Amino acid sequence: MADKTKRLLQGNEACAEGALYAGCNFFAGYPITPSTEIGECLSVRLPKTGGKFIQMEDEIGAISAIIGASLAGSKSLTATSGPGFSLKQEGIGFACMTEVPCVIVNVMRGGPSTGFPTGPSQSDIMQAKWGAHGDHPAVVLTPSTVQEIFYETVRSFNLSEKYRTPVILLYDEIVGHMREPIVIPEEGEVEIVNRIKPTCPPEEYLPYDDSHEIAPLAAYGEGYRFHVTGLNHKPDGFPTNDPKLIEKENKRIIDKIENNKKQIWKNEAIDLDDATIGIFAYGSIARSARYAVNIMRDKDIKVGLLRPLTIWPFPEEAVSEMAEKVKVIIVPEMNLGQAVIEVERVAGGKCEVVGINRVDGDPIHPQQIIEVIEKYK
Amino acid sequence: MAVQTAAKKERAPFDYDRYLRPKKLPHIWCPGCGHGIVLKSLIRAIDASGLTKDQICMVSGIGCSSRTPGYVDFNTLHTLHGRSFAYATGVKLAKPELKVIVISGDGDALAIGGNHFIHTCRRNIDMTILVYSNFIYGMTGGQYSPTTPQGAIATTSRFGNIEPVFDCCDLAKAAGATFVARGTSYHCQDLEKTILEAIRHKGTSVVEIIDQCPTYYGRLNKLRSATEMMEKFEKNGTVSVKQVDKLPPEKVEGKLLRGILHRVERPEYCEEYDKLIQDAKGK
Ligand SMILES: Cc1ncc(C[n+]2csc(CCOP(=O)(O)OP(=O)(O)O)c2C)c(N)n1
Ligand code: SF4
Repeated sequence: MADKTKRLLQGNEACAEGALYAGCNFFAGYPITPSTEIGECLSVRLPKTGGKFIQMEDEIGAISAIIGASLAGSKSLTATSGPGFSLKQEGIGFACMTEVPCVIVNVMRGGPSTGFPTGPSQSDIMQAKWGAHGDHPAVVLTPSTVQEIFYETVRSFNLSEKYRTPVILLYDEIVGHMREPIVIPEEGEVEIVNRIKPTCPPEEYLPYDDSHEIAPLAAYGEGYRFHVTGLNHKPDGFPTNDPKLIEKENKRIIDKIENNKKQIWKNEAIDLDDATIGIFAYGSIARSARYAVNIMRDKDIKVGLLRPLTIWPFPEEAVSEMAEKVKVIIVPEMNLGQAVIEVERVAGGKCEVVGINRVDGDPIHPQQIIEVIEKYK
Repeated sequence: MAVQTAAKKERAPFDYDRYLRPKKLPHIWCPGCGHGIVLKSLIRAIDASGLTKDQICMVSGIGCSSRTPGYVDFNTLHTLHGRSFAYATGVKLAKPELKVIVISGDGDALAIGGNHFIHTCRRNIDMTILVYSNFIYGMTGGQYSPTTPQGAIATTSRFGNIEPVFDCCDLAKAAGATFVARGTSYHCQDLEKTILEAIRHKGTSVVEIIDQCPTYYGRLNKLRSATEMMEKFEKNGTVSVKQVDKLPPEKVEGKLLRGILHRVERPEYCEEYDKLIQDAKGK
């Protein structure tokens, strides 16, 4: 019997479905390859469920609109690529500072600048962490398959609602445009997290109450009449120049993620237990890496793969454990060496770290990884 | 006459505190700054509109004028330079029952926020936008703005500004705003009425308000006081649309029109979106 819940979807369509499953009811975007399909899909799907879709005048407008919508109580999403992601950084910083939940999808394409719009890339790993100015938290998820895009979109919303922070869903053009059969879970099968709302009387409400790890967030128009500003602010939301309060706030927005990173981390470890050669790979390239592992394991070569689904906060614990066991960690990525910098930092000299890099718009093939494994076997 | 004065005195004074956040005062504005006068007219207009404080969401960008939301007891959102219109669009579309009022400076609305400003007008989404035109960037210390008159001195136009000005009202009208008006801080009672009309209008309503920055524009251009600036630019630099036809051309030339300049009916964005939802649900 044909499985009714199984559907053949493109990665970007799976993202739209995941967003709807998570309760997204507001999307603002500006078209850009290779992420356009997310907006196209939601422009049809959202109004059918009473949700709102708006094509803004640019990406800055789009991120601004989703933050405004979130403050009015919506679960909101924007999606972009390449230069559009650069434009959104100002708003991402604002959402970090004001602790407004929202999800930003960046389907990576070749850069810098207009670069190679239709080509895959993984060159925004560092921008996803450091793109906005100022110290700020970053929660960034990196799915590898169409099914995973669905689940990680849901997880992006859940994390952003739980921690009152923007979450970036980061994948490359290959998974974004690939079609695979996926199962859309039944309603209620996957947990959906919604932000905690205040229950106190409005006159007692502090939108940045630091006696909570994550303060409840009211929505505009529900009687709380609170203030939101991108300036450093006190627990009541109003600006402050007090050095102690400024430092406290700047640290608090980072610590709320740092202190919970064990809950935010998510990795897949493949054949790592007895491995002497490790691979660290994410997104579509993790698929090439997995293929390479299978081939080498057939030849009794002890290779294992660590595949992070949360790339920021960086999976320090898992990489550190791997570095204890293996003689080398191979880091294939479609950029000129970004995640590898973090792997080196965490490995701290306990093992060798080598990158495999490619920026010609072609993916890294399993054979390329196998060639490097051969050198270390 | 005497009786009338006595009756006037008995009327309870307007309670501004009801709309302010007294603990957040004093405000940051300099003595003589026009922004505070505009706030007075704005509060009185809101009071007259009958809207409750919970119904109002006030959104601003960055600048001296954009500090207004911090002082008023509404749902308030102080965003980024030029972006207020897009934040406000998100708030309004997500919750159309809110009355959204945007506060912006001339730099905020017409320079960095120009793109968001024109597209907000084009959509005719229901919100009232106030643009405080003081011919200068106040908050950053007096650089020229898109409304700085040609020849005027700013800290970045020491030899006189060579750039032509943007007419905020023409721009808003051309972009599609369905209510466009201009007021001044000098004519603050008229301004109150104009803002009230703007708030009552369904669609994008834009009110440009000519006010004064004595600290930078005044000092740099040898205008010795706020009152001198108000006389020159606001009282004598504008004419009411109601009078313009009756005045000889020489009394009108070079002056800005004051009052409601444009008012038309056009489908409002959120209402159109609701129709779209009904259509989509049927398909
Ligand atoms: C992206 C960005 N660029 C520049 C600034 C610096 N800045 C702050 S306020 C301002 C100009 C304010 O002038 P205006 O909008 O006319 O308001 P006013 O202060 O005169 O009321 C500028 C340039 C900023 N905050 N953000
Ligand atoms: S600098 Fe100018 S605009 Fe800013 S508060 Fe002072 S007078 Fe007003």
